[in-house]
Amino acid sequence: MWKPEPNLEDLRYLLDRAGLTADLSLSAFRQMCLIRFFEDGIAERYYVGKQPEFNLASGPIRGEMHLAVGQEAVAVGVCSLLDDEDAVVSTHRPHHHAIAKGLAPGPLAAEIFGKASGLCQGKGGHMHLFDKASNFSCSGIVGASFPQAAGAALAFQCAGKHLIAVAFAGEGAANHGTFSETLNAASLWQLPLIIVIEDNLYADSTPKWQAMATAQHYQRALSYNIPAYLVDGMDFMDVYRVAKAATERARRGHGPTVIEAVCYRYRGHFEGDAGEYRTQEEVDLWRLRDPITLLGARLKKLGWADDGTLEREREAAKREAEQALAFAEQSPLPEAKQALMGVFR
Amino acid sequence: MRKLRGIAFGVAEAIDQEMAKNAKIIVLGEDVTYWGAVFGFTYGLHKKYGRDRVIDTPITEQTFMGIAVGAAAAGLHPVVSLMFVDFLGAGFDQMYNHMAKNHYMSGGQFAMPVTVVTAIGSGYGDAGQHSQVLYSLFAHVPGFKVVVPSTAYDAKGLTSTALQDPNPVVIFGHKLLTGLPFLPFEGEEEEVPEEPYTIEFGKAAVRREGSDLTIISAGLMVHRSLRAAEHLEREGISAEVIDVRTLVPLDVQTLVSSARKTGRVLIVDEDYQSYGMSGELAFRIQAQSFGTLKAPIRRVATPDVPIPFSQPLENAVMPGVERICEEARLLAGQASREAALAQPA
Repeated sequence: MWKPEPNLEDLRYLLDRAGLTADLSLSAFRQMCLIRFFEDGIAERYYVGKQPEFNLASGPIRGEMHLAVGQEAVAVGVCSLLDDEDAVVSTHRPHHHAIAKGLAPGPLAAEIFGKASGLCQGKGGHMHLFDKASNFSCSGIVGASFPQAAGAALAFQCAGKHLIAVAFAGEGAANHGTFSETLNAASLWQLPLIIVIEDNLYADSTPKWQAMATAQHYQRALSYNIPAYLVDGMDFMDVYRVAKAATERARRGHGPTVIEAVCYRYRGHFEGDAGEYRTQEEVDLWRLRDPITLLGARLKKLGWADDGTLEREREAAKREAEQALAFAEQSPLPEAKQALMGVFR
Repeated sequence: MRKLRGIAFGVAEAIDQEMAKNAKIIVLGEDVTYWGAVFGFTYGLHKKYGRDRVIDTPITEQTFMGIAVGAAAAGLHPVVSLMFVDFLGAGFDQMYNHMAKNHYMSGGQFAMPVTVVTAIGSGYGDAGQHSQVLYSLFAHVPGFKVVVPSTAYDAKGLTSTALQDPNPVVIFGHKLLTGLPFLPFEGEEEEVPEEPYTIEFGKAAVRREGSDLTIISAGLMVHRSLRAAEHLEREGISAEVIDVRTLVPLDVQTLVSSARKTGRVLIVDEDYQSYGMSGELAFRIQAQSFGTLKAPIRRVATPDVPIPFSQPLENAVMPGVERICEEARLLAGQASREAALAQPA
């Protein structure tokens, strides 16, 4: 994904039209740093007890782990436009969406560690994060987010509320029937829904060319009479500008939007992924377009921050991530008897 | 003869040897090339047979299961990977309403030679959507043969049989028996012939002979039952351990013979407890051995709750050696039929 870099005058014009202020941008920068430190911190702790022999069952964090390092701009670009009551339905790679939606990082981390203080008291784990207060949920089943977000949108519409629902999913998930079926229903009923496709080029180990008959998915939304946009998912400002228009349309009752954001996950599909399906050169190339570096450079270009400001924001984000992880590590595990409780209300 | 570690290599080798003989066999599924269907069941096949016969599908369970149905009806023998059995929900209609029924409903006109390979089981912290067993669901629907190998030898022989079977066969490979380096391994290295061989469906294996009680199980639970039997032996309880190997067809005769011999039966099942394998086996055994049973049949299964993430919770629901021993002691301690009936299971 490559878009022309606007000069300062054009950039100011674009941001002004989108209502993107210095404060909002700086806060987004901090959120993206928080996500990055959080994910890096999880990665570090995930490998505790998993070296030299890597075993999913060992260490303080067990099971699969899907991290979103590199995809911060998509989550923050969209979620910074949402209120607590707006719904987000995320995926098996949910941490960046959760943090961007405003979930408390401490209970989030604690759930990833399976602790009693976690969002779901340790019952859900990293792929099954639920937070009623932020109206956030996710699923480890690929393609599950589309109809569930549409359902939330339907509920908002029925209640006459100007709330919106967002489904996040990867480009691999958008091959699933649930994507097309949801597009049809959402267009038919003009639901206040935004579908965000994070196109990170690979579905697990499967590159796009192996699994997609089209280069992108967004055009498919057009055939259901849904406005759709292709954005640079490494560029917070590009994501934000389109998300702003989409959220306004949805809140006014003008129906759904699809946003396809081309981005890249620096780490494997899951931790332990040997990455046979791509080259290190490719990963390095994408790192040159790092979303946090890019936003930092824009903030400086606009005169909205200097190096000192950015460093302070980074440090604050780092402290917040470390506090969250420490909270998780220090929390107790749940009692075994809890396992048999809570199937029914 | 050489030694193999785990069922994944057994399954992959059988598919390889059958593909070499039978040009009608193709492999379909997510990540079946680079990652060998993630759990190794198709490992190495694409290097040998190419992408025309080993095909990474888009993430579309409903569609690739339907493609398998159509391809089988048209003369191919698809091997389909359902990466985790938990993903059956995304493709089950094509499986239970079509794959399982079309031969019958067409009055025998359309054969349905499809082999589905899927990964099952918990024990490494993968939570509610990636840890289930669910073979009872498939065994419940008429039209599927249900294969649950517990050893590499069985995995290879049963897979070869499946690939020569003109019917839908689902092979359930437990993740903790795959022998892959990133998972715990509860099987054993064992000698497996390099040359092709088959194992007849519907033949249970007596893994250990005993006289006081009979433990019946499948998959991973066979190994845990055998370990329990060693503990019990030290306590003076002689347990016979039977591996059913295939739930459909079921070798009722071997189960009943053992039940008549020991008079006490414990069924160990990693699937959910209610309406599943444990209840069905108990029914069939009592129907033919009621007069010789010295005590009501007992069972150890996963209680009727979703598999929780956190380790103490997961341990509380997954049947383990200790629980098997406890149940076996209770069963063995029920000296008389009258005493046993006074103490309901």
